[in-house]
Amino acid sequence: MDAVGLFRQMARARAFEDALAALWGAGRISGEMHLGTGEEAVAAGVAACLRPGDAVALDHRATPVLTVLGIDLAAMVAEMTGREEGLNRGRAGHMHLMSRAHLATSSGIVGAAAPLGAGFALAGRALRPGSLAVAFFGDGAMNQGMLLETLNLAVAWALPLVLVCKDNGWAITTRTAGVTGGDPLARAAAFGLPTADVDGADVAAVASAAREAAARARHGKGPSFLRARVPRMDGHFLGDALVRAARSPAHEGRRLLHDVTSSVLARPGASVGGRARSVLHLANLMRIARRKDRDTRRDPLERARRLVGEEVADRLEDEALAEVGRAVESAGGGA
Amino acid sequence: MPRLEFGAAIDAAVAEAMARDPRIVVLGEDVHSIRATLFARFGPQRVLAAPISEAAFMGAAVGAAMGGLRPVAELMLVDFVGSCLDALLNHASKVAGFTAGEWSVPLVVRAACGGGYGDGGQHEQALWGLLAGIPGLAVVVPSTPADAHGLMLAALRCDGPVVFLEHKLLSRSWLDFMGRGGRETVSFDVPPDGVEAEVAPGVEVPIGKAVVRRPGAHLTIASLAVGVHRALAAATGLARDGIECEVLDLRTVRPLDRETVAASVRRTGRLLVVDEDYREFGLSGELAATVLEAGLAPRFARVCVEGTIPFARHLEDAALPGVSRIDAAARALAG
Repeated sequence: MDAVGLFRQMARARAFEDALAALWGAGRISGEMHLGTGEEAVAAGVAACLRPGDAVALDHRATPVLTVLGIDLAAMVAEMTGREEGLNRGRAGHMHLMSRAHLATSSGIVGAAAPLGAGFALAGRALRPGSLAVAFFGDGAMNQGMLLETLNLAVAWALPLVLVCKDNGWAITTRTAGVTGGDPLARAAAFGLPTADVDGADVAAVASAAREAAARARHGKGPSFLRARVPRMDGHFLGDALVRAARSPAHEGRRLLHDVTSSVLARPGASVGGRARSVLHLANLMRIARRKDRDTRRDPLERARRLVGEEVADRLEDEALAEVGRAVESAGGGA
Repeated sequence: MPRLEFGAAIDAAVAEAMARDPRIVVLGEDVHSIRATLFARFGPQRVLAAPISEAAFMGAAVGAAMGGLRPVAELMLVDFVGSCLDALLNHASKVAGFTAGEWSVPLVVRAACGGGYGDGGQHEQALWGLLAGIPGLAVVVPSTPADAHGLMLAALRCDGPVVFLEHKLLSRSWLDFMGRGGRETVSFDVPPDGVEAEVAPGVEVPIGKAVVRRPGAHLTIASLAVGVHRALAAATGLARDGIECEVLDLRTVRPLDRETVAASVRRTGRLLVVDEDYREFGLSGELAATVLEAGLAPRFARVCVEGTIPFARHLEDAALPGVSRIDAAARALAG
């Protein structure tokens, strides 16, 4: 796929995520809403290598990939607003979007996409020769046992599987580095997986690495591991208290800081130094959430604009907005 | 007597116990944020943020408890128990049995449970029946702030493993985290008496003791957590038509207070179970067995969740045990 095609898909994915944010904010989408803003280049770059018969196992940020795969946008809006016309008749919601026709599934259980992807690959090898499966997950999932076991299983069975780690540096509201030994890439390599490390905001780099991994899988040369560094632009989920506190400290931060401050003074507890470290740790998490929040230098859409030029980018973004607008409208305006 | 919110009442119990007993540690995903007050007061040595590695940290919590600590392992949502069931099923619950009671596992597993805010079938399950099916585990599910406080105090003093479940509709912090996300555009059917009430600090509630929330002569309704509030609301309406319901709050699933259940049903001759957990092979069937074993043959009915909880709010409302379903079942039983 050329740069214009890739940008078009990224613009569609971004416009769709923005529409979901608006629908969620208006109360039309219930529960949590994990957006994939920042992951559009990964979605477009990897999906560009897929063919009919390939399968994808997704995590809780499934919508960018599903959008790029061509799943009906109105059906997804209707699903997330709980309507009978929805992709899964209103039963699934955003964390469990499934399309049998596209061999695409998603899960709200961290790490679950990896073994599901391995199973897709196993079925694909038996039933759809030349096909492959992709599993998408985050760096937080890299500490999940079922995922690490899948790295081994995929190699042991030489499965046609592409494992895509969307590394945004966070595990819910925890910095991944603080709870992770070693590096995800080195781990995958230690299992014998060919690895690639790419800037996940660079759609051309993602597409190139994904092409190599896909070729290996299709030619019976087994699984590959792709780590793509991405920004997490809208927190763990919309309404993430850490992001809220960072964005409007006067409102949201006040209660958190009040609770923390009063409990710092309670006795008995840790030493004064220990307590100070706890508070600094929380303040630092808020600072990182604010700094990384919507940093345009890391925004894959901003980066990809340079590939196609401003004029073309503007036109494609307008088209994407119009398409998503029509989808929201035909899904009943999210009512 | 101070008025406390449900979640704050639990945190207060944990804080009080941690101040008294240095062996108590809190560990789990995101505990530095979701337990910010404990983290600020007791520091990172006693409030340990874990990676998304349920199998590892739950297994480690069992080992730590065997080694002399008294861990509170936070699973975030009880649905995630699927990732670490082995630690509870084959280890925490069996050590006392394997050692003829010589070695115990003083572990509290704390997790949010339950639905009613539109989050779909992987994040809204009750699962207390599944866990209570394991001999060696205690499972408590409070319905009021005072019971939440008192049962957590009891759990922290207990020498065996206790699963402590807090319903998200009762806990303002969980509901805000998972359901509201700072929005004013969504609403939930929250039982006010369960969310905030007077709490006597330091007063334990014994594990394994049910309580009569409303006396009545015609029909026993046994429930727990949000179901108790729904049952009480239904009982008020039924009383207007001359049907007097006795509402039992079981509070503990295992060990089940069979005497209180049997005593009530002996008086009323009718038993209606209101259970947000799955209908088959769980608490409601166990209650039927309980009264049969007591030599009673009451009229029996149950209002439960019957399948995967659907995402759409109107479907979810119909799937959960609401007031209208309880009302209809009670009238059928009483008629």
